[in-house]
Amino acid sequence: MNHNETLDRSRNFRSWLMDKLLMGMSWPEYMRSLVTPFNIVAAIILIVGLPIIALRFLHGLAEVTHASNDYPWGLLLGWGLFGGVPLSATGFVMATAYYIFGFKEYRPLVRLGVLTGFLGYLFAVVYLLVDLGRPWRIYYPMFVGFGTASVLFLVAWHVATYLTVQFLEFSPAILEWLRSGRVRRWATMITIAMTIAGIILSTLHQSALGALFLLAPGKLHPLWYSSYIPHFFLASSIYAALVMVIVVSALCARFLRHRADSYFLDSLDRLTIGLGKGAAICMYVYLVLKLVGVAHDDNWALLSTGYGKWFLVEILGFVLVPALILTLGVKLGKPAIVRIGALYSIIGILVNRLNVSIVAFNWKLPGHLYHIIPPWKEVVIVLTITTIHILIFRWIVSRMPVIRQEPEFEDEPYNL
Amino acid sequence: MSKEVKEKDPILKEPFSRRDFLKTLSIATGSLIVGSAGSASAYRKIKGYRNSYGMLVDLTLCVGCRSCERACNEVNNLPKPDTPFDDATVFERLRRPTAKAYTVVNRYEIEGSGPVYRKIQCNHCNEPACFSACPIHAYTKTPEGAVLYDENRCFGCRYCMIACPFYIPAYDYESALRPRIMKCIFCYPRIKQNRIPACAEACPTGTLTFGRREDLLKLARRRILRNPSRYIDHIYGEHEAGGTSWLYISGVPFKDIGFPEDIPDEPLITQVKGFLSAVPVVFTVWPALFGMCYAAVKHRYKGKREETSRKEGKDEPQ
Repeated sequence: MNHNETLDRSRNFRSWLMDKLLMGMSWPEYMRSLVTPFNIVAAIILIVGLPIIALRFLHGLAEVTHASNDYPWGLLLGWGLFGGVPLSATGFVMATAYYIFGFKEYRPLVRLGVLTGFLGYLFAVVYLLVDLGRPWRIYYPMFVGFGTASVLFLVAWHVATYLTVQFLEFSPAILEWLRSGRVRRWATMITIAMTIAGIILSTLHQSALGALFLLAPGKLHPLWYSSYIPHFFLASSIYAALVMVIVVSALCARFLRHRADSYFLDSLDRLTIGLGKGAAICMYVYLVLKLVGVAHDDNWALLSTGYGKWFLVEILGFVLVPALILTLGVKLGKPAIVRIGALYSIIGILVNRLNVSIVAFNWKLPGHLYHIIPPWKEVVIVLTITTIHILIFRWIVSRMPVIRQEPEFEDEPYNL
Repeated sequence: MSKEVKEKDPILKEPFSRRDFLKTLSIATGSLIVGSAGSASAYRKIKGYRNSYGMLVDLTLCVGCRSCERACNEVNNLPKPDTPFDDATVFERLRRPTAKAYTVVNRYEIEGSGPVYRKIQCNHCNEPACFSACPIHAYTKTPEGAVLYDENRCFGCRYCMIACPFYIPAYDYESALRPRIMKCIFCYPRIKQNRIPACAEACPTGTLTFGRREDLLKLARRRILRNPSRYIDHIYGEHEAGGTSWLYISGVPFKDIGFPEDIPDEPLITQVKGFLSAVPVVFTVWPALFGMCYAAVKHRYKGKREETSRKEGKDEPQ
């Protein structure tokens, strides 16, 4: 009898869990729903990419990277860490805007921002785990040795702490999905503290990623090496967050429309314009800051060199032009134009981070531009991890209340 | 323990040990906040270990015999080289130290002065960038001068390789389970046994002179002074990156034989000083600033809400 009861309960739990995981579908239905063109492409990438990731761990980094002593950091970190972290400032920027500065109307985008940020950091760590020589020692800066004068020590601590903070910030969505009202209330009680912790940690590690290069003055091209580099990284991460939210929300509204509610969809165009305006202002400020950097070190003469021209392409072609497109979209009130500008700005952020970490680094070495072409296996690994990133993002948005509100919890105010 | 060593060892007169200082700091690093605040003060003017050893490399004397390479390879039990040590074809391309070779000799064809040979290995900076870069404190600057690396503390981020201005640390990328940094250790075990580094012992031409850094500086100055036509007036390593244990004098400009020329004279950690000192400020000022901001906004909304309608029961968290 007792046994039966347990059996019942476990059966109930099983069916409840499967209901959650399969979104109310039966197995055959769910499997059928998975056959889409996007998923087929993703599956092909994973079939090729996962074995290559396995090779890296079986045969060492030499198997998939250049294994260069002159170029210790390649695309894995250039893309995954230096490119990924500024685009993951979404959590801190949206939460700060909403909870601290009281931009209440942005509520539909706050959770999306937090999730984008959380997953971005999580995957930055994934790239790091692939790139570290001995990834199983990743906790060493916390427990084994303290290189307190190292900027990377700060980055390690902050990324680890901030990942936890972002998980806590996102936890209400998970708890709503699991219908755990009481725990959810506890989770929301720490929101403000977590948001302020997020500001502190983000200010420091976003800029610290730039400060990492301060230690290598002779190696990074003087146009990118500047004592302002921490400020550049921080300032650009803020607009990176805004444009990232614009693009991610647009993609959600397009491809995950059935997971969104009208609260999200109806306000999206208006909020996109608002975010675009904020991003454009940040970008003009950033542009001026970059020029101040050139002036501060009196590097004007370098602008006529080959690298100087590339520098101008970066700050004019990939900052000024997208900022102008954003401005145009805002002035015309056309969210579509803002979205194009936002996507362009994201590419600009990646161009800048890849310039600092790869293109302008070691610029004096002979054959430099040839050396920085990544090997195909490293590219495939990046593509694979990016695909997994997107799949997990979609998995979460499909199930948890991210771009919709859970009716049961709808009325509960977010602290304001 | 280190105090005892200091008393026994005559060269350890320097009262201030960087290692002890950082160790104390690390113990104090209980929390994230303290840790970061600590980083701001983790550097100070360290004059280096005044009685440390160094090596003077007189490039005008080197004939490129690569005896130093061979001796280094044997003493450190490194794998056999791809091309034998007496094969001069290695000079056809420029090499750098790798996981299989702590030191290499390169040849430069200089107009008017024939071939110039340059030995490359870790310069053992007085205040090393690799040491400052390492988040796990895997590097040590010993009072004897050697910069040592402890693979047991390394997780393989390779930031030391990014930071080194001389392109020295090499990584053992081939290994899946035990990849590590490989670089010259200034024959630390031999120095401890009162023997000189293997490369200096093997050098048949007198290119390498081992001794106290201070004495070597005087020696280098004397050589330049006595023979100003033979040398250019620069001791590479006296000031570069805050000074290095290895010092070089040359008959041709250093930039013509591949020495990095745009290295600041201060230790590289000074470049990061400003950033690190901002850390405690952010930790203390931000909570106050943004907390106040939150309070102000909340206060305004509360006022507004009370005006419009009175919702019951729901007390606000925090």
